[in-house]
Amino acid sequence: MAIATAAQTIGPYWHLIEHPEFADLTRFGAEGEVITLTGRVTDGDGAPVADCCVEIWQSSPAASETFPGYGRARTDTEGVYVFTTVKPGPVAGNGNTLQAPHIAINLLARGILTRLYTRAYFQGEALNETDPLLGLLDEDRRATLIAIPADGAWRMDIRLQGEGETVFIDV
Amino acid sequence: MTETFPFRPPVPGTQPDNNSPQYGSTQKRHPKQPLIRFAHTLTEATGPVFSPSQFPAFADLTNANSLGERIIVRGRVIDEDGRPQRNTIVEVWQANAAGRYDHPLDTHDAPLDPNFHGEGRVFTDEDGWYQFTSIKPGAYPWRNHYNAWRPNHIHFSLFGAGFASRLITQMYFPGDPLLPLDPIYNTVSDQAARERLISIFDLQITKPEWALGYRFDIVLRGRGATPWEN
Repeated sequence: MAIATAAQTIGPYWHLIEHPEFADLTRFGAEGEVITLTGRVTDGDGAPVADCCVEIWQSSPAASETFPGYGRARTDTEGVYVFTTVKPGPVAGNGNTLQAPHIAINLLARGILTRLYTRAYFQGEALNETDPLLGLLDEDRRATLIAIPADGAWRMDIRLQGEGETVFIDV
Repeated sequence: MTETFPFRPPVPGTQPDNNSPQYGSTQKRHPKQPLIRFAHTLTEATGPVFSPSQFPAFADLTNANSLGERIIVRGRVIDEDGRPQRNTIVEVWQANAAGRYDHPLDTHDAPLDPNFHGEGRVFTDEDGWYQFTSIKPGAYPWRNHYNAWRPNHIHFSLFGAGFASRLITQMYFPGDPLLPLDPIYNTVSDQAARERLISIFDLQITKPEWALGYRFDIVLRGRGATPWEN
C-alpha cells in the first residue's frame, strides 16, 4: 500500500487567490436561495488572520454544471472572508441519520501545516437539534459552528485558538 | 441507509503536526482543543470536480524570456490503493529563479522577473500523469529564526476524490543543503514520508537542449474497505 503524501503549509504567498471569482459559487448560473456566508478568522491573540485561504464545499445542493459546490476566498486585512453561494438543504448522514444543512470549511494559511476542517451550520434550523455532529458537542462549543444572521448575511467567525476556539474536526 | 466510503486515517508520523514549535507561525494558529472525531459522511467523502472547460489549464509557466533554469516536472497521482487519479486538477505556484514570489506580500530584496509569474494549473490524464514546464525556484530568506532560508520548493494543491483527500503540499529538489535545516520540511517526523516530498532528477523527463526533468509522484488518501453502517 502506498502512503499518502505529507501535507505542507500553503504559505503566505499563494497565487490561488488570483481567481476571486472562486468566491462566488453562483457564477455559473446556480438556482436556489442565494446567500452570503462571511466571517472573521482570528488567531490565539485574537488578531486577524489576514493571509488565510478559506475554502468551502457543499454536498447540497448537489454539484452540477451550474453549481460547482466549491469556493475559495482570501481573508482581507481584517481577517474577513466572504462567499456568495446557495443555501444548502439537509444531507443524508450515515445509517438512517439526516444531517442539518451545513457547509464544509477548510482553512489553509501560513502556520497551518495540515488544513483545519470545520463546518458552518445555520441558526434556527430544526434539524440542528438532531444533527449527528452537533450532537457530539456541548452547548458552548456547538455555538462555534452555527452561523448567525447579520446584516443580510450569514456570519460565522472562526477562532483558531484560545477563548471561543472553533470546533475543528479530525477529517 | 446511505453508503459512504470513508477515507483511511493517516499513517502515524507521516503527516505534520499543526503544533510544531520549530515553525514559529504555528504557535498562534493551531487549535488547542482536541479535534472532534466524526465518521466521514457524504460531505467529506465527496468533493469538487473541476472541468478544464470551466477551469482552463496552463501547463507552461514560462515564456521565451523567463530567466533561470528551465525545468519539466512530471509525475503520477495515485491513491493509497495505487489507483490512478484521473482528470484531477493540480495547481502549482512558486518563487522565481531569484527566490522572489510575484506576490504583493513578498518584499524579499530579490528581483521580480516580468516574464515569470509562477502560477500553473494542469489536469492529470487517464492514467494519473501530470506535467508542467517551469523555472527552478530559488531559495529565499524568511524570519522564522536567525539566518533562516527556505529550500527550493514548488507548492502543490490537489483535491482527489473527496474533500477529505484535499492536499496542499510542497515539492523539494534533490541534494538541497537547506533541507535538513528547514523547520517546515522537518515537521514530518517520519523520515521516509519526508523524503517522499523530494523530487527525483530524471533523465527520461529531461528534454535535450531544452529543460531538466524532475519526477514527483503524489499519493492521495485511499478509501476504507467498508462503508460506515449503523
